[in-house]
Amino acid sequence: MMARLRVNPIACSGHGLCAELLPELITLDEWGYPVIADQPVPARLGKQARRAVTDCPALALRLAATR
Amino acid sequence: MSPALPGPTMASPVTPAPDTAGLPRLLPPAGKPADDLATHLGRHGPVPYRGGVGRLIPDVRAAGLTGRGGAAFPTYRKLEAVAAAGQGRAVVVGNAAEGEPASHKDEALLRLAPHLVLDGLQLAAEAAGAARAALYVRRDVYAATRLDRHLTQRLASGLDRIAVEVVPAPPRFLAGEESALVSRVGGGAALPQFTPPRVFERGVDGRPTLVQNVETLAHLALIARYGPDWFRAAGTPEEPGTMLCTLRQADGSVTVAEAAIGTPLASLLDLGPGTAVLVGGYHGAWIPAAHASGLWLTNTMLRPLGAFLGAGVLAALPADRCGLAETARVARYLALESAGQCGPCLNGLPRIAAALADLAGLGGRRPDPRVLADLSRWAGLVEGRGACHHPDGTVRFIRSALRVFAPEVRQHQQGRCSARSSVPFLPAPAGPSTDADWS
Amino acid sequence: MHGITSSTALWYASRATGVVCLVLLSAVMILGLLVNRQGRLPGLPRFAVLGLHRNLSLLAVAFVALHVISAVADSFVSISLAAAVIPFVSAYQPFWLGLGAVSLDLMAALIVTSLLRRFIGRRTWRIVHWLAYASWPVAVAHSMGSSKDMQSGPLLGLAVACILAVAGALAWRLGRARAEAPRARRVPDLMAAQAPPRRLARAGDR
Repeated sequence: MMARLRVNPIACSGHGLCAELLPELITLDEWGYPVIADQPVPARLGKQARRAVTDCPALALRLAATR
Repeated sequence: MSPALPGPTMASPVTPAPDTAGLPRLLPPAGKPADDLATHLGRHGPVPYRGGVGRLIPDVRAAGLTGRGGAAFPTYRKLEAVAAAGQGRAVVVGNAAEGEPASHKDEALLRLAPHLVLDGLQLAAEAAGAARAALYVRRDVYAATRLDRHLTQRLASGLDRIAVEVVPAPPRFLAGEESALVSRVGGGAALPQFTPPRVFERGVDGRPTLVQNVETLAHLALIARYGPDWFRAAGTPEEPGTMLCTLRQADGSVTVAEAAIGTPLASLLDLGPGTAVLVGGYHGAWIPAAHASGLWLTNTMLRPLGAFLGAGVLAALPADRCGLAETARVARYLALESAGQCGPCLNGLPRIAAALADLAGLGGRRPDPRVLADLSRWAGLVEGRGACHHPDGTVRFIRSALRVFAPEVRQHQQGRCSARSSVPFLPAPAGPSTDADWS
Repeated sequence: MHGITSSTALWYASRATGVVCLVLLSAVMILGLLVNRQGRLPGLPRFAVLGLHRNLSLLAVAFVALHVISAVADSFVSISLAAAVIPFVSAYQPFWLGLGAVSLDLMAALIVTSLLRRFIGRRTWRIVHWLAYASWPVAVAHSMGSSKDMQSGPLLGLAVACILAVAGALAWRLGRARAEAPRARRVPDLMAAQAPPRRLARAGDR
């Protein structure tokens, strides 16, 4: 199953945990907000991605199946 | 082309020129305002209900009507989606928030032909199987029209089948954004919300919601009476029909006119030499003077120039003004109108606006040499990273300015400007300052 | 002093695990208060602060379990298992033990909702998590009220230290919250703060 990470920019308050947990796919812009790579999550990073989703203090990150 | 009727000042209408394309359609013929119900019924007859959910949709599809609020989405597809998802419980909202300061067409429509809009609202409600209908109107426009009286009359005479609730909108640029509208109509502030789910799936009160610009509803009301072939008699085969345009001439006069899509721009705007044109409003794009004179108003011609018709704002920049200064002033307005909910937009737009002001020399100083690089970086950082398209539209507008006014950019970098007047041209009203300004 | 009986051992165990719970829960509160937007504990990445907060809370669950079991098993005083979760039904010290039960119930709600937070939605989780501000003070009251040892000497010092540490973290968090502008002011304030860009002003410039 192909999945993509998406952030809810309204909920996101720039805690930055996601970028620490998943630096391969998420970097922080100069203001501390996540820039998510425009690609599906590779299988080997699936577990880390799910952890980033669960650990986000604002619950702003979600993993959506791509159509 | 139809006679241009004065917009915001509402002076006496201009004598109509003989028309050949069946214009005007929405706007009443000069001298005969259709604000009065009896006049409206005399001109168009009663609301042609079709007697069931979805029955109007094939005509709307055949007519090729697209949304007149800016996005130009095919209207029949919205109707179908809401009718299918709604199962008789849908909500229909007519959008007259007109958050774009340079646009006056929705206001003009509500003053001059409100009953066409209200007819369209009823017909859309029937087609979408809606149980609730609302009209979302910017509150100063609401105060200047007689909507309550019209609605009471219509309901009492049985013309309306669903009672229409008028919901006042704050004068915010984003107030007419679909999810902000749904939030406000649902009782909250007019702040954009995160989607998915899209409003046609879950909108007001969690119910499928149809949001249509009031001009689209007015066209719908005429299509229901005169049919898709009549609608297609004006415009082009790919972009049929007429549209309302707000014309801002270089001499400062503002009018609202109805024109067939495909009309030459030169027949609507006085284009002197060196007049750049803003098309589509503050999320639209500048067109260089050289291209403007040969332009026809179709998205087909505008798209290669990075522009689109949008909500029909057409502004001719006077040759003695500085396009960069105007863009910088508008950019400042757009930044202040950010909802401030998303980090990239709230951080990026103010910085972009400040950099543009620097480039435009609004501080009376020579611009920082890094300003273009900063602008480029920040533009890339805000695009697509907000909950709504405010950062995207703002970036489009600013990039078009940097492209079209490239010679001026070079001059400004050397500390010079060839403009002869710094009198502001494009309107930039005061922004919000408290949370209450969003309700 | 008599020979150590199993009852005495259990009595000491319940006291000792209780003290550990108090310290652990205070640490959990402090770490929770420190997980905030763009703030950092020097040397600790943000996900570590959050990870510690979670792991210590789970450790606290374990110690609360030991604390309850040893208190119930201890035959010196009569405390039923029910009294550990149903407030104020204990025969022994009903009020102070009842507070312990209240705190435990709140803790259970916090833990369960946090384990399931992906499924219950942002808003619901946040509202329940605010119960922490009730759970911890009630736990402190329970520990100080039900144990004479904590009302003087080094254990009192420990309790006071925990209270001061949490109060300090809370004050810091409130200070930061007050410094944050309301949403509608964020953009205007940032625009006002855009200092005129640094550059050289030259005579003869436009």
